[in-house]
Order: sequence, then structure tokens, then C-alpha cells
Amino acid sequence: MADLVRIAFAVAAKDLRVEFRTRSTLLAAAVFAALILVVFNFSRDPTAVPDSVIGPTALWVAVAFAAVVALNRGFILERQNAAMDALRLAPAPRGALFLGKMVANLVFVLLVEAIAAPLAVLFFDLPLTTAGWGLPLLLVLASVGLVAVGTLLSAMAVRTRFAELMLPVLLLPFLVPPLTAAAGASQRLFDGRPLSEVVGWLRFLAVYDLVFVTLGLLLFSAVIDE
Amino acid sequence: MPSAEPGLLEARRITRRYGRTAVLGGVDLSIGAGECLLIAGPNGTGKSTLLRILAGLTRPDGGSVRLGGVPVVEARGRLGYLGHETFLYDDLTVAENLTFAMRLQGCDVPGALGAVLARAELLPHRDRLVRHLSRGLAQRAALARALIHSPPVVLLDEPFTGLDAASAAALTSVLIEMRTAGVAIILVGHRAEEGWDAVTRVAVLANGGWVHEGPRPATVPEFEERVREVLRG
Repeated sequence: MADLVRIAFAVAAKDLRVEFRTRSTLLAAAVFAALILVVFNFSRDPTAVPDSVIGPTALWVAVAFAAVVALNRGFILERQNAAMDALRLAPAPRGALFLGKMVANLVFVLLVEAIAAPLAVLFFDLPLTTAGWGLPLLLVLASVGLVAVGTLLSAMAVRTRFAELMLPVLLLPFLVPPLTAAAGASQRLFDGRPLSEVVGWLRFLAVYDLVFVTLGLLLFSAVIDE
Repeated sequence: MPSAEPGLLEARRITRRYGRTAVLGGVDLSIGAGECLLIAGPNGTGKSTLLRILAGLTRPDGGSVRLGGVPVVEARGRLGYLGHETFLYDDLTVAENLTFAMRLQGCDVPGALGAVLARAELLPHRDRLVRHLSRGLAQRAALARALIHSPPVVLLDEPFTGLDAASAAALTSVLIEMRTAGVAIILVGHRAEEGWDAVTRVAVLANGGWVHEGPRPATVPEFEERVREVLRG
């Protein structure tokens, strides 16, 4: 267990160090998310669909697509100078490598959300105080599942010739359940409904997280080792 | 290339095809502690593929590789491998790359990094990004990464690429030192004179199998002449 945590920390720290040094992917993902929100903002008809419906939907669409940009980066980095082979040669538990990659990806996605969520609040005039603590909890729960399945699939996609194209094709169908839950729950939170009304969505997201984190830990060896 | 005694690293009946082309057709290999085997042969005869199979990076279509009696994929920590690429991250410094490698190998004890950098003569370059290193310096850093955990078996695929004469001589000295200390080394190279003083056995791979193997001849020209003879058939 100590090995798992130590190696996962080393992998995550390495990925974050590279990203914060270059800032290329984070910047691209954040700009991408902001652009999606801007497009939604100017193309909506406020008299047809209330802001509390379109705002959270736009937020999760922006997060999903920005996350694909961030997730693609995770293993493309390992193609550089065939660094992936060094990971495969390491006598490290494969679960630790998955966990490290997942944690780094989670930090990226949460940072993108930290930029996108205030923009969504601003553009769609969403009542932040009404949403309360349910919103950060929702963001984290939805992001963990999204990143867990994304990390596993990006490790598979990176071994194909068209990795950047493959990831969205593989990932987006898996994101339909958590995004539906996240958008539904956030609409209710911004509508000022009680937390008890979204507990079902939150439970669903927690189970989704558990399933895909467990699958990632178990299947990562089969994905990265030939 | 069966050996009379069971080796530290043993490969049995290794086969590998790429599409319709059989690159390796039932290759045996055995190397013991304190041996340094030079594998030579024309381009495209499967030398690098064989090395990747020995390292557990490529799965053979048939056959098995055992290190110290266990399947090589279960003994990864006992193996050092240097391939055609450096396995380094361009946006990390030399020190950061080596520290990460030590953490992966579980040998990141305090003070170890300084010793590794000093041995590879990389101390003046420790804080330079890998993307800013020359090919030769990057190759030295890659070698340091491959040997960082002092493995008992070392697989080197053209390790002299990009090294200047002084660095190549220094690497040969390191190989002799490691071999004397009981490390088993397999060296793949096109220029036999590189690392020749460290070599104890030679083998030539062609047409999917060994066409020559034996103790190291006295001189490089003698070996090259033998290689030419066996390749002519």
C-alpha cells in the first residue's frame, strides 16, 4: 500500500511538474471551455429556456470537452522519447501508475472547472449562493468518474495511430451517464432545491466513481503491458 | 545459443513475426553473471526486437524468457534496459528525470542522485532541461537512467550512439567494471570496436536465428571477417 501511494505520488508530481512548466494543455483546455461557454451564452434564447437549465448544461458540456483535451495530454507525454517503456519496465504496481496518472488528470480537470464554473455563473447569472456546498461536492464527484474512465481509455487510445481522435470516440459514450447526472443535479442546485433532491444523483456519481476507479486499478496492467 | 550452465537470463525458443515476416524463428539465449555478449548482425534481423523481448517490453509469439528462474515480467526491477530512445522527459531537468526513475525503481535514497550524476559526469548539467541537451549528453543521461538501480542484468541497444570518443571510452570502462562485478550484459551494436574491451562472447543474428556464436575473437577485424564469412554462407 505504501508503494502504491509513493509511486502514484511520484507519477502525479512528474506530470504536474511538466504541465506547470509548459502550461500548454491547461491553457488550451481553459480557453476551450471558456469559448464553449461564450458560444452558449450568445446563442441562447433566455425566453425559451431558463438560465438555470441552459447554464449548468453549458458548464458540463464545456467541462467534458475541455477534459478530453486534458486527458489526451496525459499519455501523449509518455510517447515522448518512448518514456512509456520506462514506466512499463518499472517494478511498480500498475495500479499505482494508473492512480498517479488519474490524480494528475483530476487536478487538471478541477483547475479547468475552477475557471469554467465562475464563467458559467457570470454568463448565465446563476445563483451561486443557492447552490451552496452541493456544487463543489458535485463537481468533485463528477470529475473523479470522468477522469477515471478517461485515464483508462487514454492509455488504450495512445497506443493507436490516431490517439487524439480515438479518445473522444471511446470516451464520450462513457461520459453520458455522469454528465446527465451532473447536469441534472446542478440544475436542481441552482434552482434552490434542497440537497435531499439531488442525493440520488450524487449517490449514482459515487457508485460510477467507485466502479471506474476499481476497473482502472484492475485493468491498467492489461492496457499498458503488451 | 544454449549454454552448458543455466544462465541468469534465459530465453527459450523465442519466435516473433511482424505480419508475414518471421523475424525471430526459435531463438535460444543464455547469459550468466559476469558475461558480456555482443549481438551483431545486419539491419532488420531482429536484434532490437530480441532485446525488447528479453526486457519484457514486447511479447514473443512463442517461447519464454526467465530471469533468475522467474518470468522476466515478474523480475523487472532486476533489469536495466536502454533502447533506441532515451526514455527521458524533455521538459524535466536531468536531475528531475533521474529522481523520477529512482522513485519508480524504489531506490531514491538520500544522496543517491549526486552519486549517479557524478558517475555519469552529468553534475554540471543536472539542472538543464533534457530538451536542451546535446544527443551525446542525453544519451549519457539515458544510460544513467537505465543503470540507476544497479541491476544484475543490463540490456543495451546501441548504447554508443551519439557519444564522443571520450564518453564512449568511459562507457566501455563502466561496462568492464560492471562485468567484473558480476553483471550480465547484452550489447547490440553495429560497430564492434565500440565496447569491444568489455565483450566476452559474440553472436551474429541473421535469418531468424544465430548464424555464429562463440567466445570473443582476439581482435575486431578477426570478428568482422568471421561475420562476413557467415553472412556470405
